[in-house]
Amino acid sequence: MPLLRLERRREPSRAMQYATPLLAVALTVMAGTVVFGLMGYDGLGAVRQIFVAPLADPQRWPELLVKASPLVLIAIGLSIGFRANVWNIGGEGQYLAGAVAGTAVALATWTREGAWILPVMGLAGILGGMAWAAIPAFLRTRFGVSEILTSLMLTYVAVQGLFFLVRGPWRDPDGFNFPQTRMFNAAQTLPAVSEGSLVHLGIPIAVLVACLAWIVLERTIAGYEVKVVGLAPAAARHGGFSERRTIWLTLLAGGGLAGLAGILEAAGPFGQLTPQFPAGYGYTAIVVAFLGRLHPVGILLAGLVLAVTYVGGELAQTAIGLPQAATGMFQAMLLFFLLATDVLIRFRIVPVRVARARAAA
Amino acid sequence: MTSALLVSFAMTLAMAATPILLASLGELVAEKAGVLNLGVEGMMLIGAVTGFAAATLTGSAYLGCLAAILGGLAASLVFAGLTLGLSSNQVATGLALTIFGVGASSLIGAPFVGKTVARIGPLFPAALAEHPLLRVVFGYDLLVYGALALAAAVGWFLKHTRPGLILRAVGESDTSAHSIGYSVLAVRTAAVAFGGGMAGLAGAYFSLELTPMWADRLTAGRGWIALALVVFASWRPGRLVAGAYLFGAVMTLELHAKAAGFGLLPPEILAMLPYLATIAVLTLISVRPGRVSAAAPACLGKSFSPA
Amino acid sequence: MNPVPVLHAARLQLSEISKSFPGVRANEDVSLVVAPGEIHALLGENGAGKSTLVKIIYGLQAPDAGEIRFDGQLVTISSPKTARALGIGMVFQQFSLFDALSVIENIAVGLDGAMDRKALAGRVDAILRAYSLPLDLDRAVHTLSVGERQRIEIVRCLLVRPKLLIMDEPTSVLTPQEVERLFAMLRQLAAEGCSILYISHKLGEIKALCSAATILRAGKVVAACDPRVESTRRMAELMIGAELNAVERRDEGRPAGGAVRLAVRGLSLPPVGPFSVPLRDIGFEVRAGEIVGIAGVAGNGQSELLLALSGEVAAPGPEMITLDGRPIGRARAGARRRRGLCAVPEERNGHAAIPDLSLTDNAMLTARHRLALTLAGFLRFATARGYAGRVIARFGVKATGPGALARSLSGGNLQKYIMGREIMQAPGVLVVAQPTWGVDAGAAAAIHRALLDLAASGSAIVVISQDLDELLAVSDRLAVLNEGRLSRAIPTATATAHALGLLMGGVHGEPVPSHAHGTPARVPEPAHAVA
Repeated sequence: MPLLRLERRREPSRAMQYATPLLAVALTVMAGTVVFGLMGYDGLGAVRQIFVAPLADPQRWPELLVKASPLVLIAIGLSIGFRANVWNIGGEGQYLAGAVAGTAVALATWTREGAWILPVMGLAGILGGMAWAAIPAFLRTRFGVSEILTSLMLTYVAVQGLFFLVRGPWRDPDGFNFPQTRMFNAAQTLPAVSEGSLVHLGIPIAVLVACLAWIVLERTIAGYEVKVVGLAPAAARHGGFSERRTIWLTLLAGGGLAGLAGILEAAGPFGQLTPQFPAGYGYTAIVVAFLGRLHPVGILLAGLVLAVTYVGGELAQTAIGLPQAATGMFQAMLLFFLLATDVLIRFRIVPVRVARARAAA
Repeated sequence: MTSALLVSFAMTLAMAATPILLASLGELVAEKAGVLNLGVEGMMLIGAVTGFAAATLTGSAYLGCLAAILGGLAASLVFAGLTLGLSSNQVATGLALTIFGVGASSLIGAPFVGKTVARIGPLFPAALAEHPLLRVVFGYDLLVYGALALAAAVGWFLKHTRPGLILRAVGESDTSAHSIGYSVLAVRTAAVAFGGGMAGLAGAYFSLELTPMWADRLTAGRGWIALALVVFASWRPGRLVAGAYLFGAVMTLELHAKAAGFGLLPPEILAMLPYLATIAVLTLISVRPGRVSAAAPACLGKSFSPA
Repeated sequence: MNPVPVLHAARLQLSEISKSFPGVRANEDVSLVVAPGEIHALLGENGAGKSTLVKIIYGLQAPDAGEIRFDGQLVTISSPKTARALGIGMVFQQFSLFDALSVIENIAVGLDGAMDRKALAGRVDAILRAYSLPLDLDRAVHTLSVGERQRIEIVRCLLVRPKLLIMDEPTSVLTPQEVERLFAMLRQLAAEGCSILYISHKLGEIKALCSAATILRAGKVVAACDPRVESTRRMAELMIGAELNAVERRDEGRPAGGAVRLAVRGLSLPPVGPFSVPLRDIGFEVRAGEIVGIAGVAGNGQSELLLALSGEVAAPGPEMITLDGRPIGRARAGARRRRGLCAVPEERNGHAAIPDLSLTDNAMLTARHRLALTLAGFLRFATARGYAGRVIARFGVKATGPGALARSLSGGNLQKYIMGREIMQAPGVLVVAQPTWGVDAGAAAAIHRALLDLAASGSAIVVISQDLDELLAVSDRLAVLNEGRLSRAIPTATATAHALGLLMGGVHGEPVPSHAHGTPARVPEPAHAVA
């Protein structure tokens, strides 16, 4: 007979909705110490490098923001879909499609200057991401094909497409045969927020997008529609909402934001496209979206947490030789612990004796 | 020479189809019990790396396969604990499992990158296995035959045995099965565990036979194709075999075209083929309205917690 | 209450059974005795604790306290398997069937041991013949009528030669003719020595069938009686715990011959899902001030008709449905509401309301079109909150306030809120399905009253219900929906349960008996036939 058991709460706990992401981070840190210790690394050291060092050193902070901004943008887009039970897991592909579309504009205008170029690149990036997401939207609404599989398959297609372009038609003619595009010119590169800083314009854009998403999701009929379709599709139809429309809207929003993240990354830290461009942000953004509770403000914070693991992972690699892959492990563990502790939102853990006594009362 | 080419084509095809068939058979059983485990790719990677590590340590590919089954099984039990024990969302948990598998396999596999290992190797003696023509029948390793036998066994199990009937019943209506007195969670855990073992074995087929060398993410999305195949097959094992061999053909086409150096299409475009083909078949199978939804187990992907 | 002394060993004896859930005492010191071959009624309102008690007997719940004796032996029934091994069978109200499996597979999966398919089919055939129950063993369950599905459940139980058969509200889904056939079978079983525990809140049935009754209220036994001699009124009062407050039939000067507000003509609809029923050439009219009832056994197109009327599924042609003379067949749910057609579907959780959202948010779901709860795409929370509060106040909804989650309300209270949400929008036409399903008597009366008042104010109302008593109480005209076809509407005053039962298709899958004449009978006649 177990000593503890789960007892269903009458209403989901609000406090736990805020607490479990923090609990998940704490459990990940503890489990990480044990797992990496068992693997023969300095477990405590690994955890300190990954979770503490990036925060402890103010010089790393701009780097954190730079890593967090694409994660936040993609995750907000994905979260809109997840709220409506539209499982767009092809954020990575839409991110790449956005980068490719924006880069197409950059390559077509590389001899030109002007303030109009960057906005056009941004717009192209958004449209590119939307176009990539439109394929699963069309297949789902027209034929009922699961968007889970199609959006993911399209990520593999996008990766190969990007490889093809940078190795083939878009290869820099002056680039000593390296598989990469030309560097973007000054008018095609995101300006820094302040002179010489790593922090580029993409970061305030990500914050602005989070604020807008918050207003739309919490205060408008469109946000309400997304929520209702996700919670109770039949009720949504009863309330006069069209599931088809919601699928299109959420996938286009997700694709557009991922595409925007893609071109901001290409025009910011990269300044060109290379085969190293697909870094898996689209997958990590899934973790960010869940850790942020599918809420724009939560996603801002969660994006920073995951950025810490990226930067910290690099630090741990140089400091104690922890392989880069450890970062991915930490991120997945974070999501596992979050999903596990989320049970506390709907249930409470009580000693069996107490549960009996309460039931009899 | 054409016959040699055909034989080589057929053999590559069967070997490319085998891991997809293994993984999708496992997923089919899990889905028949009502559980959607999107973590196939992750479980395959974990199987691939545990199999490779065990084969390297023991020198035996078969022990490697066994370790891979256990690795995939362990991963699937984590999934089962979360989705069945704690009623977490199956889609999110499956994605987490895949992300975990990618990270864990890459971390565990770091010391093995670029290393090779003893292959599983053909089952039959060289006289048959290397015969220029007969090898098209006798030239394979145990898993190629085993996967086909398993497909038949799974089909028979689901259709003609009592445990198979109970498993289907649990996938059709968890509440009914519960009120009759079956343990929905136990049946589902067993089905998920079978799926995990099969995915692990499928992963080992990459690292111990197809590649046979360790490389990060060597399954290259085949786990997702296995998931798609279950839908394509309308949850029927017989059609799964046909589908897996169809995909084997597409992938073989890609390999042969690359090897032959066809200038027609660049290699990146050829590499897109399996994924585009997946989207195409999923669309084709869905063109008739209601067909997929009618064939899918009614409780697929839904959480169940006994009252 | 002391157990009645028994002359011979009781088949089932419960002594002081108690069971609590967090916040609810479902059973408190319940004792009862069932004799061999007795048909024993367990009577009570929704929520009186009947279901919990039989779940305890069938091993699905463990009692917190109390004893169970079976054939004189003290037993612990830890699972349905144990129950079946003792010889206890149960037919659930919500069938434990598997739609995609065949009849024989459904029966096999309900058995505790493996059995050869042929041998099983032979035994099933023998049972079907012995009790004259027609059933095709190779058909998939989703193609069967509700009555046929129930037979599968019964056969499952009979296969193990039960000593005690528990029937949970078995007639709520049957036509009157199917009820008669069921009763004949139950009497035959009892005559063979099988005890039957019969759960119901329908007093007429119990008088016709049972020789003993235990009445539960709020988890406690309030009385034991012989239903054959006790008056129906007295049993009802014991069950409800208050004076009966029947809804008055209102012939109170209603506007006769008002204008046609809702007209449906030639409405045909292909199946909307894999297991749904197509609608065929439906036609009817509802006038201002009128309530039209649509009777029929579930699964004959009721949900499809509601979806087609509410606008959740568009009709093939705009003229097929007209509202105040204007075609709305192609309009979506929101547009129809704006023009004055509101609807309440049968399923509360997840269809009429969203359990995980507050009552304010739930007001937004269907009231935003008529009450301007949005402004330029933004939600007006204060207005919605005010409206939710007014609905709560006027309909006496027990809730902590507009901020309460819908799931925190009891079924009856949520139903009152949902009905209030639509009625207070003053719709020109209201379409409701199963308005009092699973609702206690008090709330049901309040809902009926509100519907009558709305009609009196000049609205046209359609009530789709399986509950004939309800339809006879509130509607002016009645039509029957059977296999997607709607009969012509007849005035309620001339309708009899028997005639309506025949319109419902009699016993499903068989020709309608020729002696179809209307004897005015709300209560199924005592059947004498033994097959």
